Amino acid sequence: MKSLDELKAIRDRMKGQVDIREEGSDATRVVVGMATCGIAAGARPVLTAFSNAVQERDLQNVAVVQTGCIGLCMYEPIVEVYKADGEKTTYVKVKPEMVEEIIDQHIIKGNVVTKYTIETAKLG
Amino acid sequence: MDMINVKINGVEVSAPKGTTILQAARMANIDIPTLCYLKDINEIGACRICVVEADEGRGKRLVASCVYPITEGMQVYTNTPNVLESRKKTLQLILSTHDKKCTSCVRSENCELKKMANDMGLTDEFKYEGENIQYEIDDSAAHMIRDNNKCILCRRCVAVCNANQGVGVIGANERGFKTHISSAFELGLGTTSCISCGQCIAVCPVGAITEKDSTDDVLKAIADEKKFVIVQTAPAVRAALGEEFGYEMGTNVEGKMAAALRRIGFDKVFDTNFAADLTIMEEATELVERVTNGGKLPMITSCSPGWIKYCEHYFPDMTENLSSCKSPMQMFGATAKTYYAEKMGIDPKDMVVVAVMPCTAKKFEIGRDDQNAAGVPDVDISITTRELARLIKRCGIKFDKLADEQFDQPLGIGTGAAVIFGATGGVMEAALRTAVKMITGSEAGDINFTEVRGVAGIKEASYKVGDLDVKVAVASGTANAAELLKKVQNGEADYTFIEIMGCPGGCVNGGGQPQVPASVRNFEDIRAIRAKALYDQDAASEIRLSHENPAIKSLYEEFFEKPGSHKAHEILHTSYVKRGLY
Amino acid sequence: MYRSHVLVCGGTGCTSSGSAKIIETLQAEIDKNGLHDEVQVVKTGCFGLCALGPIMIVYPEGSFYSMVKEEDIPEIVSEHLLKGRIVSRLLYQETVTDDGIKALNDTSFYKKQLRIALRNCGVINPENIDEYIGTDGYAALGKVLTEMTPEQVIQEILDSGLRGRGGGGFPTGMKWKLARNIVPDADQKYVCCNADEGDPGAFMDRSVLEGDPHVVLEAMAIAGYAIGANQGYIYVRAEYPIAIQRLEIAINQAREYGLLGKNIFNSGFDFDIDLRLGAGAFVCGEETALMTSIEGNRGEPRPRPPFPAEKGLYGKPTILNNVETYANIPRIILNGAKWFSEMGTEKSKGTKVFALGGKINNTGLVEVPMGTTLREVVEEIGGGIPNGKKFKAAQTGGPSGGCIPAEHFDVPIDYDNLIAIGSMMGSGGLIVMDEDNCMVDIAKFFLEFTVDESCGKCTPCRVGTKRLYEMLDKITKGQGTLEDIDKMEELCYYIKANSLCGLGQTAPNPVLSTLKFFRDEYIAHVVDKKCPAGVCKDLLQFTIEKDKCIGCGMCAKQCPANAITRTDYIAPGKKLAAFEIDPAKCVKCGACIEKCKPGAIYKK
Repeated sequence: MKSLDELKAIRDRMKGQVDIREEGSDATRVVVGMATCGIAAGARPVLTAFSNAVQERDLQNVAVVQTGCIGLCMYEPIVEVYKADGEKTTYVKVKPEMVEEIIDQHIIKGNVVTKYTIETAKLG
Repeated sequence: MDMINVKINGVEVSAPKGTTILQAARMANIDIPTLCYLKDINEIGACRICVVEADEGRGKRLVASCVYPITEGMQVYTNTPNVLESRKKTLQLILSTHDKKCTSCVRSENCELKKMANDMGLTDEFKYEGENIQYEIDDSAAHMIRDNNKCILCRRCVAVCNANQGVGVIGANERGFKTHISSAFELGLGTTSCISCGQCIAVCPVGAITEKDSTDDVLKAIADEKKFVIVQTAPAVRAALGEEFGYEMGTNVEGKMAAALRRIGFDKVFDTNFAADLTIMEEATELVERVTNGGKLPMITSCSPGWIKYCEHYFPDMTENLSSCKSPMQMFGATAKTYYAEKMGIDPKDMVVVAVMPCTAKKFEIGRDDQNAAGVPDVDISITTRELARLIKRCGIKFDKLADEQFDQPLGIGTGAAVIFGATGGVMEAALRTAVKMITGSEAGDINFTEVRGVAGIKEASYKVGDLDVKVAVASGTANAAELLKKVQNGEADYTFIEIMGCPGGCVNGGGQPQVPASVRNFEDIRAIRAKALYDQDAASEIRLSHENPAIKSLYEEFFEKPGSHKAHEILHTSYVKRGLY
Repeated sequence: MYRSHVLVCGGTGCTSSGSAKIIETLQAEIDKNGLHDEVQVVKTGCFGLCALGPIMIVYPEGSFYSMVKEEDIPEIVSEHLLKGRIVSRLLYQETVTDDGIKALNDTSFYKKQLRIALRNCGVINPENIDEYIGTDGYAALGKVLTEMTPEQVIQEILDSGLRGRGGGGFPTGMKWKLARNIVPDADQKYVCCNADEGDPGAFMDRSVLEGDPHVVLEAMAIAGYAIGANQGYIYVRAEYPIAIQRLEIAINQAREYGLLGKNIFNSGFDFDIDLRLGAGAFVCGEETALMTSIEGNRGEPRPRPPFPAEKGLYGKPTILNNVETYANIPRIILNGAKWFSEMGTEKSKGTKVFALGGKINNTGLVEVPMGTTLREVVEEIGGGIPNGKKFKAAQTGGPSGGCIPAEHFDVPIDYDNLIAIGSMMGSGGLIVMDEDNCMVDIAKFFLEFTVDESCGKCTPCRVGTKRLYEMLDKITKGQGTLEDIDKMEELCYYIKANSLCGLGQTAPNPVLSTLKFFRDEYIAHVVDKKCPAGVCKDLLQFTIEKDKCIGCGMCAKQCPANAITRTDYIAPGKKLAAFEIDPAKCVKCGACIEKCKPGAIYKK
């Protein structure tokens, strides 16, 4: 290695790899509430559906993670989607069959599926 | 040169950059006590006795003056209560580990630790008494005893063994409170490649390292009426013995020494100088022969048993370069027990040859193989200058009141060439004086070969002798010898003849000479001062050429026929052992 | 691209609790489930929570599995990695709350931490240089070689306010500046790394070497460029085999990439590094002793001046920094001096790594900003003291440091504050003591260490510490007098002022600081002949309260000294005769107390 460019090439190649280990990185995070309330309301199949969908589509930079009670038990299962820019969308009363739509519309295309969000639910 | 200005106890001192506080204080006539410090050899700041308070603008701090360099504007205080109290505590801590059997200690009179305690006004030597490790005494070597129970870990011995002698068979083992000076794997010194030079003894401030004392053996032999006891004294002894009796360093006490030896009761008082002249005859002959017959060169002198042992251990491949001549002490013994015994009608078995030497390696040498011309050891007892002083004191002889006396004849006759054997370069000079005559048939124009004199560790010179270019080198201290020999081995030098003495400065600074406290050693060159006494005696001698010694001439006429004869080889020459390391 | 990374700690702590076997099983299980293209197993350096090893983190979830057993692996793989269902019963329970699962960084252990020196530890595979480069590794070296002059590098380090993390806290930039300038015509200079970590309980240097070895190499090369040296030595103790192995791998990789060797980044700058293994003598952490040891001699300090910046290794100008100090350097170069100097206190910038030990719930390695209080470290990060005991003191600085009592619990930790209260930063050992610790015994413990580790060169340390230890020993045996306490204190000050090197100069600190803050305990030992904490055996008496004794004999059975025998006294309401302890035979091991069901045995 004789130049900074060569160093940079390795860095860029490795960065995505290593970044996955950093919390608060630029990945999109799909956070599924998996507390007792969430699980009782059916969060587990939702989590599995997200994991499978992400894997099937080979989505990079998307992390499916679990979390605890968000505090709105009546809206469980709750799924929060954090985009890299910090924008947060909260989907409530999520069912496995809604997962494909959220992935395709929101995570891939960037259009929030408003009919499932908490704002809509509250209004309703 | 950059000069640094400091104030020591308020006195302004200006000294070159790099000067230590200790040295600068000395310039202001202020003495600071030291223990571990040996100038150029052991500058390790370990014992902490020499602490002073130094202020470099950040307040007073205790520093070890022996190694702390002066800095511009520094204020030094050498006698504040804090300094004195600190030194006292250090001394008390040292004393808490020291076997304080002062009454029976051989160093009782000149123990540096004891003197320091007195000087400091120490009253409680037991203040920090505590648990101590009991060490076994190492008496495995032929020449000395190490008693770690008395050791204060100043490491002077380690430093001389390493730095001056390049031997390094002793060092610190274990650590912390268990630290002690010993050989690798706790081997007895006698099983190591110690060369018996005794330089460690010469610098030990206490009684932890001492020679094996043979004074009782001497007195026992003298008391035995069946024994004819004769004594020989090496050249360097007369230049240092006086120190034990309050004479200024460098006083030649040859006459008083001869008188004292007679009063101790020796049947004959002879001089190793006689044998030194004999050595020159044999060695010069050997050199001429090697040069003319293509023998192994460079030829190296063999007078110093410490050097011989060093060569056998560390340069076994070079033992062929050693002159086959026995040392003067052994030549004396061999001649006494053959020629002289025959002449006097004494059975050599009934003759006891005592040697007084500036040397501890001589104690090893007398037990070597191939050193028994008459079928009995050439020399029976070898004592150091220090042991002789002890004998004189024990026999109640008032040394300073004695009138000068002469050595006995004929083995007491020596020349100026012989007496300078005691200083580095002396053997070379004496040999050159005679070699010129042997090679060219006429005397050298100037018999003072000043190029090989002086205390330098390695000296080189080149002389035109007849048609020959004789390149010579002189080294003293085996570390210097090693440096020189490596050059020879690497082909970087092609000397004809080399003189090597085991101890730095030669025999005047031998391991058997009176101990000089560090407080003197660090500021005066004892090698030069003692050597001067010998060169003065040479200059004042009527006969200054070994081949002119009348007793030597008759010895060859009556007994050996000629130098290098078959008989001379049988009696005066020896062989060496390739020892290697461990 | 792997969708999930499983990081398994391969530090010394976790390796000894079996992480190598875990990695093997994990990889096999992943292969079995066909996940080898989706899940990457990474062996990392230390996470810091060594008490919980073996440790495993699964990303992207950041699920923190602790004390993982081999038999747990199939479940973790099939549930978590295959099905995405975290096995919460195996998680570090602090991350499991009533509300679900917390991110590791939100646990109290990590929340207050700020990881700069340790930032890659537990994150990257230390045996893969690419992963180091992936976290901006060697970018700082590239920057200094292509954009900065040596003077600018030194200025940057000076401006950052970075001070030596090995103990003394000497400004690193100043050290470099001296080494650059003091001998202008030096033909050779050296950069050394002190990886001879020796304080009992401190292991941050080992963790950095094991978890992020390249950061040390990069920093040393930067230092070499700054001072004008082309050779570096890492002096690492031979007891750190994993660190040595990773360093060797790292050096070879860096050489292969040309990041060590000739003409690095085509800049004309040459730099190489070699390892030197130390035999583990504490004194070899002292800079001159370390250099003497590298030179092949007995590791003993030499007098200073001359300082290493002028005459160091082989008599040449040399800088020596410790591992943690080096670990900060590349970040300072990349993020700037200002970034670094904004962290910490006025005179102590950045962060400090501490090894938490003793009476504390979360033992392990933590990195906090300078100025964090002892309380925050002990109570929040350390999770407080077990068994509801009371905090008594914290020992910092190892055998060179002192004990900080509860009254200084809220002192912000930095170099100067610790010295002001009679302790020191040292290399960052932090041992917590509760009411069951006897402070005289603690002082004795540390002094015993110094007595053993003194090199034996200078008198005050060789003999002084030994005599000091003997006095302490006397006190713990109830044979001391009030005069002994004074004599001891006097000896302490003497040793501090007269010793040759830092080891001796600081050796009395544990005694002096306990004398200062816990003198009453010393007095209790010599006047009342009591050890208030009930530690010093010679001052304890074990007795059986006869009226409580049910005569079961469990104590007598347990007693290794046959000191317990049955009496003929039967306590009211009890069926069997009570036992008693013969104080002459009792060895005070405490085995009887543990077995006594009615709690009839007391020590006092």
